[in-house]
Amino acid sequence: MAGPAALSESAAAPAGAAVSLRGVTKVYDSGLLALGPLDLDVRSGEFVSLLGPSGCGKSTALRLIAGLKAPTSGSVGVSHHSGQARAGHSNGFAIGFVFQEPTLMPWTSVRENVRLPLKLAHASLAESDARVREALAQVGLTEFADAYPRELSGGMKMRVSLARALVTDPDILLMDEPFAALDEITRFRLNNDLLSVWRNLRKTVIFVTHSVFESVYLSQRVIVMTSRPGRLSTEIRIDTPEPRGEDFRTSAAYAAYCRMVSNALAPSYAGQSGS
Amino acid sequence: MTSFDASPSSAAQPEPDTRRLRMVRLLLPLLVLAAGVVLWELVVRLNNIPAYVLPGPGAVFRTLVQDWPVLSQSLLTTLLTTLEGFVAAAIGGIILAVLFNQSKWLEYSLFPYAVILQVTPVIAIAPLLLIYLPQQTAVVVCAWIVAFFPVLSNTTLGLNSVDRNLAGLFQLYGASRIQTLRYLKLPSALPFILAGLRIAGGLSLIGAVVAEIAAGSAGAGSGLAYRIAESGYRLNIPRMFAALLLLSAAGIVIYGLLALASHLMLRHWHESALGKEN
Repeated sequence: MAGPAALSESAAAPAGAAVSLRGVTKVYDSGLLALGPLDLDVRSGEFVSLLGPSGCGKSTALRLIAGLKAPTSGSVGVSHHSGQARAGHSNGFAIGFVFQEPTLMPWTSVRENVRLPLKLAHASLAESDARVREALAQVGLTEFADAYPRELSGGMKMRVSLARALVTDPDILLMDEPFAALDEITRFRLNNDLLSVWRNLRKTVIFVTHSVFESVYLSQRVIVMTSRPGRLSTEIRIDTPEPRGEDFRTSAAYAAYCRMVSNALAPSYAGQSGS
Repeated sequence: MTSFDASPSSAAQPEPDTRRLRMVRLLLPLLVLAAGVVLWELVVRLNNIPAYVLPGPGAVFRTLVQDWPVLSQSLLTTLLTTLEGFVAAAIGGIILAVLFNQSKWLEYSLFPYAVILQVTPVIAIAPLLLIYLPQQTAVVVCAWIVAFFPVLSNTTLGLNSVDRNLAGLFQLYGASRIQTLRYLKLPSALPFILAGLRIAGGLSLIGAVVAEIAAGSAGAGSGLAYRIAESGYRLNIPRMFAALLLLSAAGIVIYGLLALASHLMLRHWHESALGKEN
Protein backbone atom coordinates (compact mmCIF):
# COMPACT_ATOMS: atom_id res chain seq x y z
CA MET A 1 0.00 0.00 0.00
CA ALA A 2 2.66 2.47 1.01
CA GLY A 3 4.96 1.22 -1.76
CA PRO A 4 4.35 3.66 -4.61
CA ALA A 5 4.02 6.68 -2.34
CA ALA A 6 7.20 5.88 -0.45
CA LEU A 7 9.09 5.37 -3.69
CA SER A 8 8.15 8.75 -5.07
CA GLU A 9 8.86 10.67 -1.91
CA SER A 10 12.51 11.06 -2.74
CA ALA A 11 11.86 11.44 -6.46
CA ALA A 12 9.43 14.34 -6.70
CA ALA A 13 8.66 17.20 -4.31
CA PRO A 14 10.59 20.23 -5.57
CA ALA A 15 12.11 22.54 -3.00
CA GLY A 16 9.46 24.21 -0.82
CA ALA A 17 6.66 21.90 -1.98
CA ALA A 18 5.00 19.89 0.74
CA VAL A 19 2.88 17.82 -1.60
CA SER A 20 3.28 17.27 -5.30
CA LEU A 21 1.20 15.09 -7.58
CA ARG A 22 2.43 14.22 -11.07
CA GLY A 23 0.05 12.70 -13.61
CA VAL A 24 -1.90 10.95 -10.88
CA THR A 25 -4.87 8.84 -11.93
CA LYS A 26 -7.15 6.53 -10.02
CA VAL A 27 -9.23 3.84 -11.68
CA TYR A 28 -11.76 2.07 -9.47
CA ASP A 29 -12.11 -1.70 -9.46
CA SER A 30 -15.22 -1.26 -11.59
CA GLY A 31 -13.00 0.19 -14.34
CA LEU A 32 -14.31 3.71 -13.79
CA LEU A 33 -11.71 6.47 -14.15
CA ALA A 34 -12.36 8.53 -11.06
CA LEU A 35 -9.50 10.97 -11.09
CA GLY A 36 -6.95 12.61 -13.27
CA PRO A 37 -4.54 12.80 -14.70
CA LEU A 38 -3.91 15.40 -12.02
CA ASP A 39 -0.87 17.58 -11.39
CA LEU A 40 -0.76 19.54 -8.19
CA ASP A 41 1.89 21.28 -6.15
CA VAL A 42 1.20 22.62 -2.68
CA ARG A 43 3.78 24.81 -1.04
CA SER A 44 4.78 24.24 2.51
CA GLY A 45 2.55 26.28 4.82
CA GLU A 46 -0.02 26.98 2.13
CA PHE A 47 -3.80 26.71 2.57
CA VAL A 48 -5.29 25.20 -0.58
CA SER A 49 -8.91 24.23 -1.25
CA LEU A 50 -9.98 21.58 -3.71
CA LEU A 51 -13.38 22.60 -5.01
CA GLY A 52 -15.53 20.59 -7.36
CA PRO A 53 -18.86 18.87 -7.91
CA SER A 54 -19.59 15.77 -5.83
CA GLY A 55 -18.08 12.63 -7.28
CA CYS A 56 -15.25 14.51 -9.02
CA GLY A 57 -12.62 12.58 -7.12
CA LYS A 58 -11.45 15.32 -4.76
CA SER A 59 -11.83 13.04 -1.74
CA THR A 60 -10.00 10.34 -3.65
CA ALA A 61 -7.14 12.76 -4.29
CA LEU A 62 -6.93 13.43 -0.57
CA ARG A 63 -6.83 9.73 0.25
CA LEU A 64 -4.06 9.23 -2.30
CA ILE A 65 -2.01 11.95 -0.64
CA ALA A 66 -2.63 10.37 2.77
CA GLY A 67 -1.45 7.02 1.44
CA LEU A 68 -4.80 5.41 2.28
CA LYS A 69 -5.07 4.41 -1.37
CA ALA A 70 -2.45 3.85 -4.05
CA PRO A 71 -2.68 5.73 -7.36
CA THR A 72 -3.26 3.68 -10.50
CA SER A 73 -0.57 5.67 -12.24
CA GLY A 74 1.57 8.74 -11.59
CA SER A 75 3.45 9.69 -8.48
CA VAL A 76 2.45 11.17 -5.15
CA GLY A 77 5.23 13.05 -3.42
CA VAL A 78 4.93 14.05 0.22
CA SER A 79 7.88 15.71 1.88
CA HIS A 80 8.26 15.81 5.62
CA HIS A 81 11.05 18.11 6.48
CA SER A 82 10.51 18.43 10.19
CA GLY A 83 12.00 16.02 12.69
CA GLN A 84 8.67 14.26 13.17
CA ALA A 85 9.32 11.61 10.54
CA ARG A 86 10.26 8.89 12.97
CA ALA A 87 11.12 5.48 11.69
CA GLY A 88 8.05 3.33 11.25
CA HIS A 89 5.55 6.13 11.52
CA SER A 90 6.43 8.15 8.45
CA ASN A 91 2.97 8.94 7.13
CA GLY A 92 1.17 9.05 10.43
CA PHE A 93 3.37 11.74 11.88
CA ALA A 94 3.64 13.86 8.75
CA ILE A 95 -0.06 13.92 7.94
CA GLY A 96 -3.19 14.64 9.93
CA PHE A 97 -6.51 13.65 8.39
CA VAL A 98 -9.95 15.00 9.21
CA PHE A 99 -12.83 13.04 7.72
CA GLN A 100 -16.24 14.28 6.68
CA GLU A 101 -17.73 12.63 9.76
CA PRO A 102 -16.04 13.17 13.13
CA THR A 103 -15.01 9.48 13.08
CA LEU A 104 -14.55 9.21 16.82
CA MET A 105 -14.44 6.04 18.87
CA PRO A 106 -17.74 6.17 20.78
CA TRP A 107 -16.54 3.82 23.52
CA THR A 108 -13.94 6.12 24.97
CA SER A 109 -13.51 9.68 26.18
CA VAL A 110 -12.52 12.74 24.19
CA ARG A 111 -9.06 12.60 25.76
CA GLU A 112 -8.46 9.01 24.68
CA ASN A 113 -9.78 9.75 21.20
CA VAL A 114 -7.27 12.55 20.79
CA ARG A 115 -4.52 10.41 22.29
CA LEU A 116 -5.06 7.61 19.77
CA PRO A 117 -2.37 8.57 17.19
CA LEU A 118 0.23 8.87 19.97
CA LYS A 119 -0.85 5.59 21.54
CA LEU A 120 -0.49 3.83 18.20
CA ALA A 121 3.02 5.26 17.96
CA HIS A 122 3.87 3.93 21.44
CA ALA A 123 4.46 7.40 22.88
CA SER A 124 4.98 7.54 26.62
CA LEU A 125 1.99 8.45 28.73
CA ALA A 126 3.64 11.57 30.16
CA GLU A 127 4.53 12.91 26.71
CA SER A 128 1.14 12.12 25.23
CA ASP A 129 -0.69 13.70 28.19
CA ALA A 130 1.00 17.02 27.55
CA ARG A 131 0.36 16.92 23.82
CA VAL A 132 -3.26 15.88 24.20
CA ARG A 133 -3.82 18.79 26.59
CA GLU A 134 -2.22 21.16 24.13
CA ALA A 135 -4.25 19.87 21.18
CA LEU A 136 -7.50 20.15 23.13
CA ALA A 137 -6.60 23.69 24.15
CA GLN A 138 -5.99 24.60 20.50
CA VAL A 139 -9.59 23.71 19.64
CA GLY A 140 -11.03 25.08 22.89
CA LEU A 141 -12.20 21.79 24.37
CA THR A 142 -10.06 21.58 27.50
CA GLU A 143 -13.08 21.19 29.78
CA PHE A 144 -14.56 18.38 27.75
CA ALA A 145 -11.59 16.00 27.95
CA ASP A 146 -13.52 13.47 30.01
CA ALA A 147 -16.77 13.64 28.05
CA TYR A 148 -17.87 10.87 25.74
CA PRO A 149 -18.39 11.74 22.08
CA ARG A 150 -22.16 11.18 22.29
CA GLU A 151 -22.42 13.99 24.84
CA LEU A 152 -21.01 16.53 22.39
CA SER A 153 -22.69 18.55 19.65
CA GLY A 154 -21.79 18.04 16.01
CA GLY A 155 -19.46 21.04 15.98
CA MET A 156 -17.67 19.91 19.13
CA LYS A 157 -17.19 16.41 17.74
CA MET A 158 -15.58 17.97 14.69
CA ARG A 159 -13.26 19.96 16.98
CA VAL A 160 -12.21 16.73 18.68
CA SER A 161 -11.49 15.29 15.27
CA LEU A 162 -9.37 18.33 14.48
CA ALA A 163 -7.52 18.07 17.79
CA ARG A 164 -6.76 14.43 17.04
CA ALA A 165 -5.31 15.43 13.66
CA LEU A 166 -3.19 18.13 15.32
CA VAL A 167 -1.90 16.04 18.21
CA THR A 168 1.00 14.55 16.27
CA ASP A 169 2.01 18.06 15.16
CA PRO A 170 1.87 17.03 11.49
CA ASP A 171 3.32 19.10 8.66
CA ILE A 172 0.29 18.55 6.49
CA LEU A 173 -3.37 18.67 7.41
CA LEU A 174 -5.78 16.96 5.00
CA MET A 175 -9.44 17.83 5.49
CA ASP A 176 -12.21 16.05 3.61
CA GLU A 177 -15.34 18.26 3.68
CA PRO A 178 -15.03 18.41 7.45
CA PHE A 179 -17.77 20.95 8.08
CA ALA A 180 -20.26 19.88 5.40
CA ALA A 181 -22.70 18.34 7.86
CA LEU A 182 -22.80 21.29 10.27
CA ASP A 183 -25.25 24.15 10.46
CA GLU A 184 -24.09 27.45 9.00
CA ILE A 185 -23.36 29.29 12.25
CA THR A 186 -21.27 26.44 13.65
CA ARG A 187 -19.58 26.18 10.31
CA PHE A 188 -18.60 29.87 10.30
CA ARG A 189 -17.20 29.56 13.80
CA LEU A 190 -15.18 26.50 12.92
CA ASN A 191 -13.92 28.27 9.78
CA ASN A 192 -12.61 31.08 11.97
CA ASP A 193 -11.10 28.66 14.47
CA LEU A 194 -9.41 26.69 11.72
CA LEU A 195 -7.95 29.88 10.27
CA SER A 196 -6.56 30.91 13.64
CA VAL A 197 -5.05 27.44 14.15
CA TRP A 198 -3.49 27.73 10.72
CA ARG A 199 -2.17 31.23 11.44
CA ASN A 200 -0.55 30.01 14.67
CA LEU A 201 0.85 26.72 13.47
CA ARG A 202 1.42 27.35 9.74
CA LYS A 203 0.56 23.84 8.66
CA THR A 204 0.12 22.97 5.04
CA VAL A 205 -3.63 22.52 4.67
CA ILE A 206 -5.42 20.81 1.80
CA PHE A 207 -9.12 21.36 2.28
CA VAL A 208 -11.72 19.55 0.19
CA THR A 209 -15.10 21.25 -0.05
CA HIS A 210 -18.02 21.78 -2.37
CA SER A 211 -18.82 25.19 -0.92
CA VAL A 212 -17.63 28.15 -2.95
CA PHE A 213 -18.00 30.49 0.03
CA GLU A 214 -16.00 28.29 2.34
CA SER A 215 -13.18 27.82 -0.15
CA VAL A 216 -12.83 31.56 -0.77
CA TYR A 217 -13.02 32.43 2.91
CA LEU A 218 -10.35 29.97 3.99
CA SER A 219 -7.79 29.51 1.27
CA GLN A 220 -4.90 31.25 -0.30
CA ARG A 221 -5.53 29.27 -3.45
CA VAL A 222 -8.71 27.59 -4.73
CA ILE A 223 -8.25 24.71 -7.14
CA VAL A 224 -11.40 24.18 -9.17
CA MET A 225 -11.82 20.66 -10.46
CA THR A 226 -13.83 19.31 -13.38
CA SER A 227 -16.55 16.69 -13.01
CA ARG A 228 -15.52 13.06 -13.25
CA PRO A 229 -12.83 12.21 -14.03
CA GLY A 230 -11.55 15.03 -11.83
CA ARG A 231 -8.90 17.22 -13.40
CA LEU A 232 -7.57 20.64 -12.64
CA SER A 233 -9.88 23.17 -14.26
CA THR A 234 -8.89 26.58 -12.93
CA GLU A 235 -6.74 27.91 -10.19
CA ILE A 236 -7.72 31.08 -8.37
CA ARG A 237 -5.47 32.90 -5.96
CA ILE A 238 -7.22 34.65 -3.08
CA ASP A 239 -4.87 37.50 -2.30
CA THR A 240 -6.67 39.00 0.69
CA PRO A 241 -4.11 39.18 3.47
CA GLU A 242 -4.45 37.54 6.85
CA PRO A 243 -5.93 37.82 9.36
CA ARG A 244 -9.32 37.36 7.74
CA GLY A 245 -12.36 37.73 9.92
CA GLU A 246 -16.07 38.36 9.73
CA ASP A 247 -15.35 41.69 7.95
CA PHE A 248 -13.91 39.80 5.04
CA ARG A 249 -17.02 37.61 4.84
CA THR A 250 -19.16 40.67 4.15
CA SER A 251 -16.67 42.62 2.02
CA ALA A 252 -17.00 43.44 -1.66
CA ALA A 253 -13.71 41.71 -2.39
CA TYR A 254 -15.10 38.49 -0.91
CA ALA A 255 -18.23 38.71 -3.04
CA ALA A 256 -16.13 39.32 -6.13
CA TYR A 257 -13.95 36.31 -5.43
CA CYS A 258 -17.00 34.15 -4.83
CA ARG A 259 -18.45 35.25 -8.16
CA MET A 260 -15.17 34.48 -9.89
CA VAL A 261 -14.92 31.02 -8.35
CA SER A 262 -18.59 30.28 -9.07
CA ASN A 263 -18.05 31.18 -12.71
CA ALA A 264 -14.99 28.98 -12.84
CA LEU A 265 -16.97 26.14 -11.32
CA ALA A 266 -19.97 26.48 -13.66
CA PRO A 267 -18.49 24.46 -16.57
CA SER A 268 -17.86 21.56 -14.18
CA TYR A 269 -21.58 21.34 -13.55
CA ALA A 270 -22.55 21.98 -17.19
CA GLY A 271 -22.30 18.32 -18.14
CA GLN A 272 -24.53 17.23 -15.28
CA SER A 273 -27.84 18.62 -16.46
CA GLY A 274 -30.64 18.14 -14.00
CA SER A 275 -28.47 17.44 -10.99
CA MET B 1 -58.98 27.39 27.74
CA THR B 2 -58.95 24.00 29.43
CA SER B 3 -56.36 22.64 27.02
CA PHE B 4 -54.25 25.70 27.73
CA ASP B 5 -54.36 24.95 31.42
CA ALA B 6 -53.69 21.28 30.96
CA SER B 7 -50.54 21.50 28.89
CA PRO B 8 -48.14 22.89 31.49
CA SER B 9 -49.22 20.45 34.14
CA SER B 10 -48.82 17.48 31.81
CA ALA B 11 -45.45 18.80 30.70
CA ALA B 12 -44.31 19.01 34.29
CA GLN B 13 -45.24 15.41 34.98
CA PRO B 14 -43.08 13.22 32.77
CA GLU B 15 -41.13 11.76 35.65
CA PRO B 16 -44.00 10.45 37.76
CA ASP B 17 -45.55 9.20 34.51
CA THR B 18 -42.56 7.09 33.54
CA ARG B 19 -42.23 5.87 37.09
CA ARG B 20 -45.86 4.80 37.09
CA LEU B 21 -45.35 3.06 33.77
CA ARG B 22 -42.38 1.17 35.17
CA MET B 23 -44.43 0.12 38.22
CA VAL B 24 -47.21 -1.10 35.94
CA ARG B 25 -44.76 -3.07 33.84
CA LEU B 26 -43.43 -4.73 36.98
CA LEU B 27 -46.79 -5.30 38.64
CA LEU B 28 -48.76 -6.70 35.71
CA PRO B 29 -46.69 -9.88 35.22
CA LEU B 30 -46.69 -10.42 38.99
CA LEU B 31 -50.47 -10.08 38.99
CA VAL B 32 -50.73 -12.65 36.21
CA LEU B 33 -48.45 -14.96 38.20
CA ALA B 34 -50.56 -14.64 41.33
CA ALA B 35 -53.76 -15.24 39.37
CA GLY B 36 -52.20 -18.31 37.73
CA VAL B 37 -51.11 -19.76 41.05
CA VAL B 38 -54.52 -19.20 42.63
CA LEU B 39 -56.28 -20.73 39.60
CA TRP B 40 -53.93 -23.72 39.68
CA GLU B 41 -54.59 -24.32 43.40
CA LEU B 42 -58.35 -23.97 42.87
CA VAL B 43 -58.43 -26.42 39.96
CA VAL B 44 -56.47 -28.99 41.97
CA ARG B 45 -58.62 -28.61 45.09
CA LEU B 46 -62.04 -28.39 43.48
CA ASN B 47 -61.44 -31.45 41.31
CA ASN B 48 -59.65 -33.38 44.05
CA ILE B 49 -56.76 -34.13 41.70
CA PRO B 50 -54.23 -36.40 43.46
CA ALA B 51 -50.67 -35.08 43.87
CA TYR B 52 -49.16 -37.83 41.68
CA VAL B 53 -51.17 -36.48 38.73
CA LEU B 54 -51.01 -32.73 39.33
CA PRO B 55 -49.72 -31.28 42.62
CA GLY B 56 -51.00 -27.87 43.63
CA PRO B 57 -48.57 -24.97 44.02
CA GLY B 58 -48.69 -25.41 47.80
CA ALA B 59 -47.54 -29.02 47.51
CA VAL B 60 -44.79 -28.02 45.10
CA PHE B 61 -43.59 -25.32 47.47
CA ARG B 62 -43.64 -27.75 50.44
CA THR B 63 -41.59 -30.24 48.44
CA LEU B 64 -39.16 -27.50 47.51
CA VAL B 65 -38.60 -26.76 51.19
CA GLN B 66 -38.57 -30.40 52.37
CA ASP B 67 -36.27 -31.65 49.61
CA TRP B 68 -34.04 -28.56 49.70
CA PRO B 69 -30.90 -30.48 50.79
CA VAL B 70 -31.17 -32.80 47.77
CA LEU B 71 -32.42 -30.18 45.32
CA SER B 72 -29.90 -27.50 46.30
CA GLN B 73 -27.08 -29.99 45.77
CA SER B 74 -28.47 -30.79 42.33
CA LEU B 75 -28.93 -27.09 41.55
CA LEU B 76 -25.29 -26.49 42.39
CA THR B 77 -24.16 -29.33 40.15
CA THR B 78 -26.21 -28.06 37.21
CA LEU B 79 -25.10 -24.49 37.72
CA LEU B 80 -21.47 -25.56 37.83
CA THR B 81 -21.87 -27.48 34.57
CA THR B 82 -23.62 -24.51 33.01
CA LEU B 83 -20.90 -22.14 34.15
CA GLU B 84 -18.14 -24.38 32.80
CA GLY B 85 -19.92 -24.76 29.49
CA PHE B 86 -20.59 -21.03 29.30
CA VAL B 87 -17.01 -20.03 30.06
CA ALA B 88 -15.71 -22.55 27.54
CA ALA B 89 -18.21 -21.28 24.95
CA ALA B 90 -17.33 -17.63 25.62
CA ILE B 91 -13.58 -18.16 25.40
CA GLY B 92 -13.80 -20.61 22.50
CA GLY B 93 -16.28 -18.52 20.52
CA ILE B 94 -14.40 -15.26 20.93
CA ILE B 95 -10.97 -16.75 20.22
CA LEU B 96 -12.25 -18.62 17.17
CA ALA B 97 -13.93 -15.47 15.84
CA VAL B 98 -10.74 -13.46 16.30
CA LEU B 99 -8.73 -16.15 14.49
CA PHE B 100 -11.30 -16.23 11.66
CA ASN B 101 -11.07 -12.45 11.45
CA GLN B 102 -7.28 -12.56 11.16
CA SER B 103 -7.13 -15.37 8.63
CA LYS B 104 -9.69 -15.82 5.87
CA TRP B 105 -8.13 -19.22 5.10
CA LEU B 106 -8.91 -20.45 8.58
CA GLU B 107 -12.44 -19.06 8.36
CA TYR B 108 -13.17 -20.71 5.01
CA SER B 109 -11.76 -24.02 6.27
CA LEU B 110 -13.50 -24.22 9.62
CA PHE B 111 -16.68 -22.13 9.55
CA PRO B 112 -18.80 -24.78 7.76
CA TYR B 113 -18.00 -27.24 10.55
CA ALA B 114 -19.02 -24.75 13.19
CA VAL B 115 -22.36 -24.48 11.40
CA ILE B 116 -22.70 -28.27 11.19
CA LEU B 117 -22.01 -28.57 14.89
CA GLN B 118 -24.69 -25.98 15.53
CA VAL B 119 -27.45 -27.46 13.32
CA THR B 120 -27.01 -31.04 14.53
CA PRO B 121 -29.41 -31.48 17.46
CA VAL B 122 -27.39 -31.76 20.64
CA ILE B 123 -29.80 -34.28 22.11
CA ALA B 124 -28.64 -36.64 19.36
CA ILE B 125 -24.94 -36.00 19.99
CA ALA B 126 -25.11 -36.30 23.77
CA PRO B 127 -25.36 -40.13 23.97
CA LEU B 128 -22.31 -40.45 21.71
CA LEU B 129 -20.30 -38.01 23.79
CA LEU B 130 -21.22 -39.99 26.90
CA ILE B 131 -19.72 -43.11 25.36
CA TYR B 132 -16.40 -41.54 24.47
CA LEU B 133 -15.86 -38.99 27.26
CA PRO B 134 -15.96 -39.14 31.06
CA GLN B 135 -19.44 -38.11 32.13
CA GLN B 136 -18.61 -34.73 33.66
CA THR B 137 -16.54 -33.78 30.61
CA ALA B 138 -19.28 -34.93 28.24
CA VAL B 139 -21.86 -32.77 30.00
CA VAL B 140 -19.66 -29.69 29.78
CA VAL B 141 -18.88 -30.39 26.12
CA CYS B 142 -22.62 -30.55 25.42
CA ALA B 143 -23.18 -27.19 27.06
CA TRP B 144 -20.27 -25.81 25.05
CA ILE B 145 -21.54 -27.13 21.71
CA VAL B 146 -24.92 -25.49 22.18
CA ALA B 147 -23.60 -22.20 23.51
CA PHE B 148 -20.49 -21.39 21.51
CA PHE B 149 -22.08 -20.75 18.13
CA PRO B 150 -23.99 -17.57 19.01
CA VAL B 151 -20.81 -16.18 20.55
CA LEU B 152 -18.82 -17.08 17.44
CA SER B 153 -21.27 -15.70 14.91
CA ASN B 154 -22.03 -12.51 16.86
CA THR B 155 -18.36 -11.78 17.52
CA THR B 156 -17.58 -12.37 13.83
CA LEU B 157 -20.33 -9.95 12.85
CA GLY B 158 -19.02 -7.38 15.33
CA LEU B 159 -15.42 -7.65 14.18
CA ASN B 160 -16.56 -7.09 10.60
CA SER B 161 -18.73 -4.07 11.45
CA VAL B 162 -15.90 -1.65 12.13
CA ASP B 163 -16.41 1.94 10.94
CA ARG B 164 -14.62 2.28 7.60
CA ASN B 165 -13.18 5.71 8.31
CA LEU B 166 -11.89 4.65 11.71
CA ALA B 167 -10.18 1.72 10.03
CA GLY B 168 -8.64 4.21 7.57
CA LEU B 169 -7.45 6.32 10.48
CA PHE B 170 -5.72 3.34 12.08
CA GLN B 171 -4.09 2.59 8.73
CA LEU B 172 -2.93 6.19 8.39
CA TYR B 173 -1.26 6.10 11.79
CA GLY B 174 0.49 2.84 10.94
CA ALA B 175 -1.35 0.68 13.50
CA SER B 176 -0.19 -2.91 13.72
CA ARG B 177 -2.65 -5.81 13.43
CA ILE B 178 -2.57 -6.33 17.18
CA GLN B 179 -3.21 -2.63 17.83
CA THR B 180 -6.08 -2.57 15.34
CA LEU B 181 -7.58 -5.63 17.01
CA ARG B 182 -7.15 -4.35 20.52
CA TYR B 183 -8.04 -0.69 20.14
CA LEU B 184 -10.51 -0.81 17.27
CA LYS B 185 -12.03 -4.17 16.39
CA LEU B 186 -12.65 -5.64 19.84
CA PRO B 187 -14.17 -2.45 21.31
CA SER B 188 -16.47 -2.01 18.30
CA ALA B 189 -17.44 -5.67 18.54
CA LEU B 190 -18.16 -5.48 22.28
CA PRO B 191 -21.94 -4.88 21.98
CA PHE B 192 -22.19 -7.81 19.57
CA ILE B 193 -20.07 -10.04 21.80
CA LEU B 194 -22.23 -9.21 24.81
CA ALA B 195 -25.41 -9.97 22.86
CA GLY B 196 -23.88 -13.34 21.91
CA LEU B 197 -22.98 -14.05 25.53
CA ARG B 198 -26.51 -13.24 26.66
CA ILE B 199 -27.88 -15.88 24.30
CA ALA B 200 -25.10 -18.30 25.24
CA GLY B 201 -25.96 -18.07 28.96
CA GLY B 202 -29.43 -19.52 28.46
CA LEU B 203 -28.24 -22.01 25.88
CA SER B 204 -25.49 -23.44 28.08
CA LEU B 205 -28.14 -24.20 30.71
CA ILE B 206 -30.16 -26.01 28.04
CA GLY B 207 -27.05 -27.90 26.92
CA ALA B 208 -26.29 -28.95 30.48
CA VAL B 209 -29.87 -30.15 31.02
CA VAL B 210 -29.94 -32.10 27.76
CA ALA B 211 -26.68 -33.83 28.61
CA GLU B 212 -27.83 -34.59 32.14
CA ILE B 213 -31.00 -36.18 30.88
CA ALA B 214 -29.06 -38.27 28.39
CA ALA B 215 -26.58 -39.23 31.09
CA GLY B 216 -29.31 -39.71 33.70
CA SER B 217 -30.83 -42.58 31.78
CA ALA B 218 -27.42 -44.21 31.83
CA GLY B 219 -27.77 -44.26 35.59
CA ALA B 220 -25.41 -41.65 37.04
CA GLY B 221 -25.27 -37.94 37.78
CA SER B 222 -26.99 -35.70 40.27
CA GLY B 223 -27.97 -32.50 38.43
CA LEU B 224 -31.46 -30.99 38.43
CA ALA B 225 -32.38 -32.55 35.10
CA TYR B 226 -31.36 -35.92 36.49
CA ARG B 227 -33.64 -35.25 39.49
CA ILE B 228 -36.51 -34.53 37.12
CA ALA B 229 -35.96 -37.78 35.21
CA GLU B 230 -35.55 -39.78 38.40
CA SER B 231 -38.63 -38.26 40.04
CA GLY B 232 -40.58 -39.06 36.90
CA TYR B 233 -39.73 -42.76 37.20
CA ARG B 234 -40.79 -42.66 40.85
CA LEU B 235 -43.98 -40.74 40.17
CA ASN B 236 -42.75 -38.05 42.58
CA ILE B 237 -44.50 -35.36 40.56
CA PRO B 238 -44.22 -32.53 43.15
CA ARG B 239 -40.46 -32.90 43.11
CA MET B 240 -40.45 -32.78 39.29
CA PHE B 241 -42.25 -29.45 39.47
CA ALA B 242 -39.93 -28.18 42.21
CA ALA B 243 -36.83 -29.06 40.16
CA LEU B 244 -38.38 -27.48 37.06
CA LEU B 245 -39.08 -24.34 39.07
CA LEU B 246 -35.45 -24.15 40.12
CA LEU B 247 -34.26 -24.61 36.52
CA SER B 248 -36.45 -21.72 35.34
CA ALA B 249 -35.24 -19.56 38.19
CA ALA B 250 -31.63 -20.39 37.33
CA GLY B 251 -32.27 -19.44 33.69
CA ILE B 252 -33.84 -16.13 34.69
CA VAL B 253 -30.98 -15.29 37.06
CA ILE B 254 -28.35 -16.14 34.43
CA TYR B 255 -30.06 -13.94 31.86
CA GLY B 256 -30.49 -11.14 34.37
CA LEU B 257 -26.85 -11.22 35.42
CA LEU B 258 -25.61 -11.16 31.83
CA ALA B 259 -28.00 -8.36 30.89
CA LEU B 260 -26.78 -6.37 33.89
CA ALA B 261 -23.12 -6.97 33.00
CA SER B 262 -23.82 -5.90 29.44
CA HIS B 263 -25.59 -2.75 30.59
CA LEU B 264 -22.76 -1.81 32.94
CA MET B 265 -20.17 -2.23 30.21
CA LEU B 266 -22.06 -0.30 27.54
CA ARG B 267 -23.88 2.37 29.54
CA HIS B 268 -21.41 5.13 28.70
CA TRP B 269 -21.58 4.94 24.98
CA HIS B 270 -23.80 2.39 23.25
CA GLU B 271 -27.26 3.28 21.96
CA SER B 272 -28.78 0.10 23.39
CA ALA B 273 -27.82 1.09 26.95
CA LEU B 274 -28.68 4.79 26.81
CA GLY B 275 -31.77 6.43 28.20
CA LYS B 276 -34.39 7.70 25.77
CA GLU B 277 -33.76 11.36 26.55
CA ASN B 278 -30.39 11.26 24.81
